[in-house]
Amino acid sequence: MKWDEFFVTGEPLIYMADAAIVLTIIGIVFVLTYFKKWKWLWKEWLTTVDHKKIGIMYIISAVLMLFRGGVDALLMRAQLTVPNNTFLDSQHYNEIFTTHGTIMILFMAMPFIFGIMNIAVPLQIGARDVAFPYLNALSFWTFFFGALLFNISFVIGGSPDAGWTAYMPLAGNELSPGPGQNYYLLGLQISGIGSLISGINFIVTILKMRAPGMTLMRMPMFTWATLITSILVVFAFPVLTVALALMTLDRIFGTHFFTLSGDGVPMHWANLFWIWGHPEVYIAILPAFGVFSEVVSTFARKRLFGYTAMVWSMVAISVLSMLVWVHHFFTMGSGAPVNAFFSVSTMAIAIPTGVKIFNWLFTLYKGRIKFTSAMLWSLAFIPTFVIGGVTGVMLSMAAADYQYHNTYFLVAHFHNTLICGTVFAVFAALHYWYPKMFGVILNEKLGKITFWFFVLGFNVCFLPQYVLGFMGMPRRIYTYPADAGWTELNVISTIGAVMMGIGFIFLCINVVYTYFKGERDLTGDPWDGRTLEWSIPSPAPHYNFAVTPQVKGLDAWWMMKKERKEGKEEEKPEYKPIHMPSNSGRPFIMSIFFFIAGFGLVFEWMPVAIIGLIGVIICMILRSFEYDDGYYVPVEEIKQTEAGRE
Amino acid sequence: MAQNEKGFPWKHVFGFLLSIILTLLAVWITFSTDLPTNTIITLIVVLAFCQAFIQLLLFMHMKEGESGSWQATMIYYGIYIAIVIVAGSIWVMSLGHQHHY
Repeated sequence: MKWDEFFVTGEPLIYMADAAIVLTIIGIVFVLTYFKKWKWLWKEWLTTVDHKKIGIMYIISAVLMLFRGGVDALLMRAQLTVPNNTFLDSQHYNEIFTTHGTIMILFMAMPFIFGIMNIAVPLQIGARDVAFPYLNALSFWTFFFGALLFNISFVIGGSPDAGWTAYMPLAGNELSPGPGQNYYLLGLQISGIGSLISGINFIVTILKMRAPGMTLMRMPMFTWATLITSILVVFAFPVLTVALALMTLDRIFGTHFFTLSGDGVPMHWANLFWIWGHPEVYIAILPAFGVFSEVVSTFARKRLFGYTAMVWSMVAISVLSMLVWVHHFFTMGSGAPVNAFFSVSTMAIAIPTGVKIFNWLFTLYKGRIKFTSAMLWSLAFIPTFVIGGVTGVMLSMAAADYQYHNTYFLVAHFHNTLICGTVFAVFAALHYWYPKMFGVILNEKLGKITFWFFVLGFNVCFLPQYVLGFMGMPRRIYTYPADAGWTELNVISTIGAVMMGIGFIFLCINVVYTYFKGERDLTGDPWDGRTLEWSIPSPAPHYNFAVTPQVKGLDAWWMMKKERKEGKEEEKPEYKPIHMPSNSGRPFIMSIFFFIAGFGLVFEWMPVAIIGLIGVIICMILRSFEYDDGYYVPVEEIKQTEAGRE
Repeated sequence: MAQNEKGFPWKHVFGFLLSIILTLLAVWITFSTDLPTNTIITLIVVLAFCQAFIQLLLFMHMKEGESGSWQATMIYYGIYIAIVIVAGSIWVMSLGHQHHY
């Protein structure tokens, strides 16, 4: 392969990106060297197994990916603003919508959610860490290097361009030659390992590590959402793993699972993809429901209405979500009985979701509502998500779907659910749990500016797209003629996208402002919270709980506060040494080997791939022979840390 | 189960008899009936599934212990997913498809 094939050439935008990447790397290396932070980086972050730090790294990566995916989105909107635009050519446009979709779902939404889970769940159940801290680090680093592998595609080798769904035969060797599509397969495969491990880790953590007295029906709603999401992850992700592996075999080793020739069944890729893909939608939305439940209940200052119904509706969603995948390809040619079944099952999901919406409304009813930033995101979620849900029911009617399919109506629908569900939720969660992560409160004023720009921008951007869909504008087109009559609405939509971008910039400003001038949270309980994470100082000490809390009911911390107000004597806490897991650099190193193996497979350089895989196996063997039982935090240190709190 | 530990292991005897009956039934279907081969295979597979469940429930302590109910739930959910994926794919991709391969 020649160098000009290895690097992507010929696009001014790409050259600018090249320059930016090189400058950023030089900048990071310079800053780390100048401030002598290399050792700090390695000891405090790269080798950490602390769930809070891993959560923070997840969130930082997710915000970076939100930036990358958002820039992709803005480029697409820029191209579509006016008819016959030549800002992007068709190939570049195809690459951009492919990476936008893949990044936003798999490298933004998922890690953001995993980050929030990592930070909140062990604190909510009164645990000192997750069940398998070493695996947790491995989860993060495989995700990180999978995402990195996918992201370098646009400067080295070329990006995938077959859509985030990568339908066969388009994604096959004949129609998508070159390394682009391989990046998609290997990037997702490597980060998928991380998702699967996280799923297992959180199931075990929640089932085995709850504080004494916390029965299942006393768990905070976000913990419940995490449990059910993790079960979905464990059962749905293997399907993607298998499908990706089969397509990798097709592309690199010449098998015929999904190819047109050799009796392959291309449609089976779509089938397998969506068997994973639909539960994936709920993997992204159920934790969001959990976040909203926490935030609404805290800031309405009321116990969550219909706790049991909330739990069972999530269980129902998790069961039903496995039965609806065909609604993504009603038009593929299934018979009437198949389409009818999947229409009805899709509509049925609206019932448990509706139950949840009403429960939030009843929680708000007669509550003393505090309009904080986190609460604003949650309040905006309810009506906007209902629009997404209602258009979803419209799409679920198979006969009508033949009209909506592949139009901007669909594009507007799923942005209405994923942005108003997942993105609003992670922003709410960021505001809500920020004090627990960093000990400072995100600025409320800047938070509200972010909120208004983003929410108004969202509606300005996507509501016109419903109409564009009705007017027949197909999705995934890179330009359109002037006489189509779509120009005005496209202009409005682009204005909305820019507003969302401004909102995101204000979020970044807020993070920087808060770092320097943020209000410190000295109480550990800035929102007058209800669950256990607010019973410890902010930021949470690395061992979380000095003394394992005793849980007497739902909203454990609320009950403790009530007992204190009633003047009940508190027992003097008796500290014991705390057993903690040791740091390990191996997850990081092992994931680098995964990256090398993936990179080798992308370019079909087998020696490189084999070297990488041997490295992975050596890391596994070394781990098997490791005897490290962790260490104890001495009582003195606990006393010192806790003394600073009163 | 815990309370049965000292008494006569009725559960195990019952399971033992049941698995012998199922095995004999499978042998009888295969050798002594005139059913078409496909039907025989289907019946044997169904019997094998029953057999597997008897093993899991009566001998392999699936529902016992602290997390027994969770183990059971997860296995049932796993079976549900397996059936949905396999049977669902066959239905969607060939039997229920407009254009049969």
